[in-house]
Amino acid sequence: MTIRPNAAWRAGAALCVGMLLRPSDAAAHLVTTGMGPVYDGIGHLLLTPEDLVSVLALALFAGLRGAAQGRRAMLLLPAAWFAGGLIGLRVTGATSFPVPAVSFLILGALVAADLRLPANGVAVLAVVLGLVHGVLNGAALRQGAGSLGLLGIMAALFVLVALASAFVVSLERPWARVAVRVAGSWVAASGLLLLGWAFRK
Amino acid sequence: MSFSRKAGHFFAVPLLVALALAAMPHPAFAHVEQGQASGFLTGLKHPWSGLDHVLAMIAVGLWGAQLGNPALWLLPVTFPMMMSLGAVMGLIGMGLPGVEVGIALSSLLLGGMVMGEARPKLAVAVLLVGFFAIFHGHAHGTELPPGQSGLLYSMGFVIATGCLHGMGIGIGLVHRWPAGRLALRGAGALIAGMGLFFLARALT
Repeated sequence: MTIRPNAAWRAGAALCVGMLLRPSDAAAHLVTTGMGPVYDGIGHLLLTPEDLVSVLALALFAGLRGAAQGRRAMLLLPAAWFAGGLIGLRVTGATSFPVPAVSFLILGALVAADLRLPANGVAVLAVVLGLVHGVLNGAALRQGAGSLGLLGIMAALFVLVALASAFVVSLERPWARVAVRVAGSWVAASGLLLLGWAFRK
Repeated sequence: MSFSRKAGHFFAVPLLVALALAAMPHPAFAHVEQGQASGFLTGLKHPWSGLDHVLAMIAVGLWGAQLGNPALWLLPVTFPMMMSLGAVMGLIGMGLPGVEVGIALSSLLLGGMVMGEARPKLAVAVLLVGFFAIFHGHAHGTELPPGQSGLLYSMGFVIATGCLHGMGIGIGLVHRWPAGRLALRGAGALIAGMGLFFLARALT
């Protein structure tokens, strides 16, 4: 018995359709608030410690460097995050590089050391952090909140950075600034530990 | 039918199957987050679970309070950082000999410093605290239960360690009164005594 080409095509097409229709779990950790994609984006940022802690660390550092740097971070970080998010929405593939660990380590160490960077240092940090984390966020939001979710993240970032950096700027007593630096050292220590988990044997 | 058309049909089915496999929706397992809250709580609780760990960290705070600024905050900043370094060493499989002895010695020596109200140079104090923190990190920082978030475990672990230092500093504030100074030295003697006990246990 010979199999006719048409039969082979039909069998193949049926198999393909069957496979494509096969139900599959959606196990991504997208936050669904039930209030729409903008709120989903806000929820995503606030419930993702990898992003939230990095943003707070940058805000603390910007606050330690003064009001002008805080204002720069407040405007540049959301913009860069949005740009990175748009790239992430279109780029496929995931990175195995432990980005949050490195963000924690660098930003935490900067806060702990209260390092005086060149004039544009905070701006560069804000743009780099925004682009890198934004790309990762965009990839995560691709199947959920999408670009509207990114708008929500932008709004939340603006508010978070404004509040946290303004809080640090308002600290006048030396011990209060030391407390901020201690918090930075905790972020750096957590990042170091997280780096260890990423390269665990 | 020509040979090339036959060959085309022969490869068509596997090609279609391959395309279908490539186009099939996959679950996004990369972002499955489970055990978040329990990871944080486990990390937060872990430093409190061993008396050797607790006493050494409180001793760091007490000593910092005795030494005053900048050791007051520099020692509690050094300890978590170096502790994390010790944990990383453990996680990447880098062995550290005599971990239990090192932990016992940390209570003994740091308690001894508080007892004697020792005032070495700041760099020496930082080096001593940092050196012993590596042993604590190597022993305790890698004990993440399966299924829990490494990030939140790390954060909980570091925050709890910092809080223990803070507790030591808080107790150490009695240093401003003569009776408090004496009480601090007594607490140092107690920690050093416990360190001796841990050392004896580690060596037997």
